[in-house]
Amino acid sequence: MAAPRARRDRVAGDAGVKSPFHTTGEVLASKRVGAFQHLTVVAPGVAERFRPGTFVAVSVDGTRLARRALWIHGVRPVGGHGPALQLVVEPVGPGTRWLAERPVGTRLEVTGPLGRAFALPKEPVATLLVGEGYAAAPLFPLAERLRERGCQVNLLLAAPDERRLLSALEARRSARAATVVTADGSVGRRGSVADVVAGVLAQSAAEVVYAAGPVPTLHAVAAAAEQAGAWSQTAVEQPLACGTGLCHGCPLPVVGEDGVARVVRACTEGPVVRGDRVRWAELAGARPAHGEPA
Amino acid sequence: MIDLANPVVVAAGCGGTGRELDALGALDGIGAFTTRSLTLNARTGGPVPRFAETPSGLVHSTGLPGPGLEIFLATELPWLVARGMRVVVSVTGASVAEHAEVARRLAQAPGVRGIEVDLAVPDARAHGLLDVREPFHAANVVAAVVREAQDLPVLAKVRSDVLRVAESARVVTDAGAVAVVVGGPQAAALPDGRPAGLSGPAVLPLALRCVTEVRAALPGVPVVGCGGITTTADARSFLDAGAVAVQVGAALLHDPTTAARIAADLAGGPS
Repeated sequence: MAAPRARRDRVAGDAGVKSPFHTTGEVLASKRVGAFQHLTVVAPGVAERFRPGTFVAVSVDGTRLARRALWIHGVRPVGGHGPALQLVVEPVGPGTRWLAERPVGTRLEVTGPLGRAFALPKEPVATLLVGEGYAAAPLFPLAERLRERGCQVNLLLAAPDERRLLSALEARRSARAATVVTADGSVGRRGSVADVVAGVLAQSAAEVVYAAGPVPTLHAVAAAAEQAGAWSQTAVEQPLACGTGLCHGCPLPVVGEDGVARVVRACTEGPVVRGDRVRWAELAGARPAHGEPA
Repeated sequence: MIDLANPVVVAAGCGGTGRELDALGALDGIGAFTTRSLTLNARTGGPVPRFAETPSGLVHSTGLPGPGLEIFLATELPWLVARGMRVVVSVTGASVAEHAEVARRLAQAPGVRGIEVDLAVPDARAHGLLDVREPFHAANVVAAVVREAQDLPVLAKVRSDVLRVAESARVVTDAGAVAVVVGGPQAAALPDGRPAGLSGPAVLPLALRCVTEVRAALPGVPVVGCGGITTTADARSFLDAGAVAVQVGAALLHDPTTAARIAADLAGGPS
């Protein structure tokens, strides 16, 4: 039997502050913006540990066992509650719809922040942030951190249509230059990330590119970055059952630092991985059209 | 059997490497840690989707990804031992010989408290593993592992088929297993038809019935109950049915602190 240990990871301020936390949170606010539901959730211990690129796993609807992974859009102090998580949900399946319909005051089981965050440059270099749909959420707090470090922030936001374009107004305020593309041309330029990313990258002269979105988008960004000689960091979203590294439901084919091909867990060794380390073709080929918990 | 300070054990394949749970304080107070089912060589696992959700259950077919024995012994086992965990290593393989080889090397590894032979992989054939369907095969595998395990206690995890579980338990204990793990996933299929296992609260009543069947047929054999346990009341049902310990598995995917909470509740005495 192990001797009872001090809960080192429960003490704010020490090295353990990076480890995740499992707690009962509460929905403080819920607001529909376009196709997305923006939830403000107070989850003591989770918000304090947040770094851009990490996510939370949330339990949904009593009898559903799989958890839903949600990107953290930001952390904001809410009067009387301390820092609260800003989460973005696209209601597309029974779990995400359930979340989107929760009234204020609902208690939520929250684990997080989980996964590896975006790595920040040591020098104040020019950066390009590319996001598509709700997955662009972690790029907004990332932009704040980059600006604090003196990095120039350029933004490329994409969506199928205006309803699924995340926080375009906020984007224009927070970035030096913001480009918007939609598939239907309802806002910004008509097109996709793949169409424009090389041009935007050249214009921005960014040395580091951050991307969050569907796999084909991440692949296009990683390829453009490699061609331009820039570093890329991609936040990969894989269907998962737990988010905590236990279930092996989110395999991510990569090439390790040692040059050896292996399969890692997107939730634990990711979600943020270097774009040039992902075996994109295999990942795209392996993706299901449907079937994962949503 | 392995002496346990607490009857709550982390089930095979649901506790990661242990570090993921420990980061959440979720190993505190638990009786033992069962590793994922290890094979001799590394496995990358099967195609996605590996999971589907069903009312009160998860359908899963991961293809048993794992680091292989070598890397497990070099990295994961020493960490678990240093953490003070009682470690039970779950083993599987493509052949009787592979099971035996893994057992032989585990017998020499410092810190291993027991071996659990996973005879209940619900999608074994789909993933190139030995599909232990007949009691004769199960007996062969267990006997081979027991022979190589030397002094290490060997547990056998058998299929939770209510009609055959008592017979399965009899042959594996005749072959030298000191205890039987009963329950675990039911054979099932993913929505696209691929073979899979079903775990979660949906299988609990079946697992509980399996425990009572084995207890009735083999009163002298220690039984570990496993299948759908998510609450302290669930765990008590299994213990009341005569299980010496319980394993918590799929519930950890939903709430990683489940095993630690139940362990703390049980340590606190009857409620």
